[in-house]
Amino acid sequence: MAFVNWLKRHFVVIAGLFTLGYLLLPNVIVTIFSFNDPKGRFNYEWQKFSTDAWTDPCGVSGLCDSLTLSLQIALWATLAATLLGAMIAFALVRYRFRARGAVNSLIFLPMAMPEVVMAASLLTLFLNMGIQLGFWTILIAHIMFCLSFVVIAVKARVMSMDPRLEQAAQDLYAGPVQTFLRVTLPIAAPGIAAGALLAFALSFDDFIITNFNAGSTVTFPMFVWGSAQRGTPVQINVIGTAMFVIAVLLVLVSMLISNRRNKQKA
Amino acid sequence: MATVTEAPPLAPAPEKKPPRKRGRWTPYLLLLPGLAWLFVFFALPMVYQASTSIQTGSLEQGYEVTWHFSTYWDALTEYYPQFLRSVLYAGSATVLCLLLGYPLAYLIAFRAGRWRNLIMILVIAPFFTSFLIRTLAWKTILADNGPVVEALNTLHVLDVTSWLGMTVGDRVLATPLAVVCGLTYNFLPFMILPLYTSLERIDPRLHEAANDLYAKPSTTFRKVTFPLSMPGVVSGTLLTFIPAAGDYVNADLLGSTDTRMIGNVIQSQFLRILDYPTAAALSFILMFAILIMVTLYIRKSGTEDLV
Repeated sequence: MAFVNWLKRHFVVIAGLFTLGYLLLPNVIVTIFSFNDPKGRFNYEWQKFSTDAWTDPCGVSGLCDSLTLSLQIALWATLAATLLGAMIAFALVRYRFRARGAVNSLIFLPMAMPEVVMAASLLTLFLNMGIQLGFWTILIAHIMFCLSFVVIAVKARVMSMDPRLEQAAQDLYAGPVQTFLRVTLPIAAPGIAAGALLAFALSFDDFIITNFNAGSTVTFPMFVWGSAQRGTPVQINVIGTAMFVIAVLLVLVSMLISNRRNKQKA
Repeated sequence: MATVTEAPPLAPAPEKKPPRKRGRWTPYLLLLPGLAWLFVFFALPMVYQASTSIQTGSLEQGYEVTWHFSTYWDALTEYYPQFLRSVLYAGSATVLCLLLGYPLAYLIAFRAGRWRNLIMILVIAPFFTSFLIRTLAWKTILADNGPVVEALNTLHVLDVTSWLGMTVGDRVLATPLAVVCGLTYNFLPFMILPLYTSLERIDPRLHEAANDLYAKPSTTFRKVTFPLSMPGVVSGTLLTFIPAAGDYVNADLLGSTDTRMIGNVIQSQFLRILDYPTAAALSFILMFAILIMVTLYIRKSGTEDLV
C-alpha cells in the first residue's frame, strides 16, 4: 500500500522521466553505434568496439562535402531570413497599415502547411519556369520556410518592448537612426538571435523540401537519406554525436557565463 | 488576476503617435522584400500547382491546361487508403504525443525545481542531431531480435497488437506500430514546448486555492490545471498533427509498402513516376483536408487566437 501511495504521489515524475528517456534513447543509440565496427553495409547491429570512424570522420566520399554544403546553405538562409523576417516583424508591431490581415495570413500559412505540399508546389514553379535545380533553388526554399518562424520570434520580443524607451531616446534628441541602433536593436536582439538560431536549425536539418528541390545536389540530410538506401557508414553517427555534444556544451557554457554574470551583479 | 512574480503593470503607454509624413511609406518598404519572397515562392507556386493539377499530357509532349478535374476524382479513388492511413497514423501519433508529453511538460513546469533548465536542454538538444539519423536509430531499437521486441514478445504484447492489426507476426519494424512510434518520437518536442509554455503561465496559487477548498489532486488537475493549459494542448496538437500527416520519412524508413502514407505517394509521383498532374492534385487534396480539419478543430476548441 505504501508503494502504491508512493507511486501515486510521484506519478508525474515517473511518467515525465519515461518520456524524457523515450526522447533521448535514439541519441544514446546513435552515440553507441558511432563506436561500432559493422560487418555489412548497414550500421544497425552491434558487432565490436572500434574508434575507426572517429579518427577518420571524412573517410566516406561525399559526406564532408555534403556537410559543408549544408552549413553554407544554412548560414545564407539564416542571414537572409533573419533580415527579411525582422523587417516584417518591426513593420507589424510598430506601424499601422492596410491589409494587415492578409499580411498576417501570408506569414502564418507556411507554418500551417505540411512541408510536402510546399515542396511539391515549389517544384512545379521551378519546373514551369525552367529553373535549374541545385544550390540556388535549395537556398530560395529554405529562406521561404524560415521567414515565418523568424517573424514570430522577433515579433514576440518587439511586442513586449516598452515604446516609451524609444520616445525617451527621441526626447533626448536622438535621431531615428540613432534611436534604432542604440535603443531598439539592442532590446530586440534576443528575439532576433532566437529567430536566427531557429532558422539555422530548421534549414540545416531540412529534408522534405530539400529532397524535392535539390536536383542532384546533396546536402547532409540528403546524404543520410541516400545512405539509408545504400548502406549507412559509421561516420554519420560520428557527425550526429559530435553535433549533439557541441550543442549541449555551447548551451552549458553560455548558461554558466550568464549565471556568473548574474552573481556578480547581485 | 495579478501574479506575485510579475512586476505591477505600469500605466498604459500613451498610444497616440505624432503624425510623421516621412514615415508613411516606411512600413511598406519594411514589408516589401519579405512579403515579395513569400508571394513568389509560397503563394505563386500554389497557383502553379493548381494549374498543373488540371492539365493533361505527357512528359514528352508537354502538358496543357484542359480543365481535367477528373484527375482529382481518380486520385481520390485510387489513393484513399493512403489518405485514411495518414489521418489515422498522424492522429494516433498526436494522441500519444499528448499522453507522453503532458507529464513531462508538467514536470518541467511545476516539479523540476533546479533541474528545470537541464531537462529543457535535454528536450531540445536531440534536435541538433539530424532527425534522419535519429529515425534510423529506431531501426536498431526495434530490431527483430533486439531487447525491445523480445520483451514485448515475452509479455505477449505483440500478440495483442498483431490481433489489432498494428504489428505483423512477431516483429515491430515494417509495421504500422513502428511508423506511429517514429512519428510520435519525431514530433514530441513540438507538443512539449507549447504545453510547457501554457502550464508555466498558470499561477501556482490557484493550485493552493484548489487544495484549500478540499479538492483532491486529481480534481485540481481536471478542474483547474487542464482547462488552463488548453491553449497549449490546441497548439501542440496542431504542431504535431499537421507535419505528421504530410510526413513520408517515418513511413519510408520504419514502415513497409503496406504502411505508405499520402506523403509517400506524393513524393514518388513527383520524383519517380513523374506524373505531375496526379501529384499536384494529391498535394492539393491534402492541403484542403488539413485546412478543413484544422479550422473545425480550432472552432471546436474555442481558441481562435493562436498566433
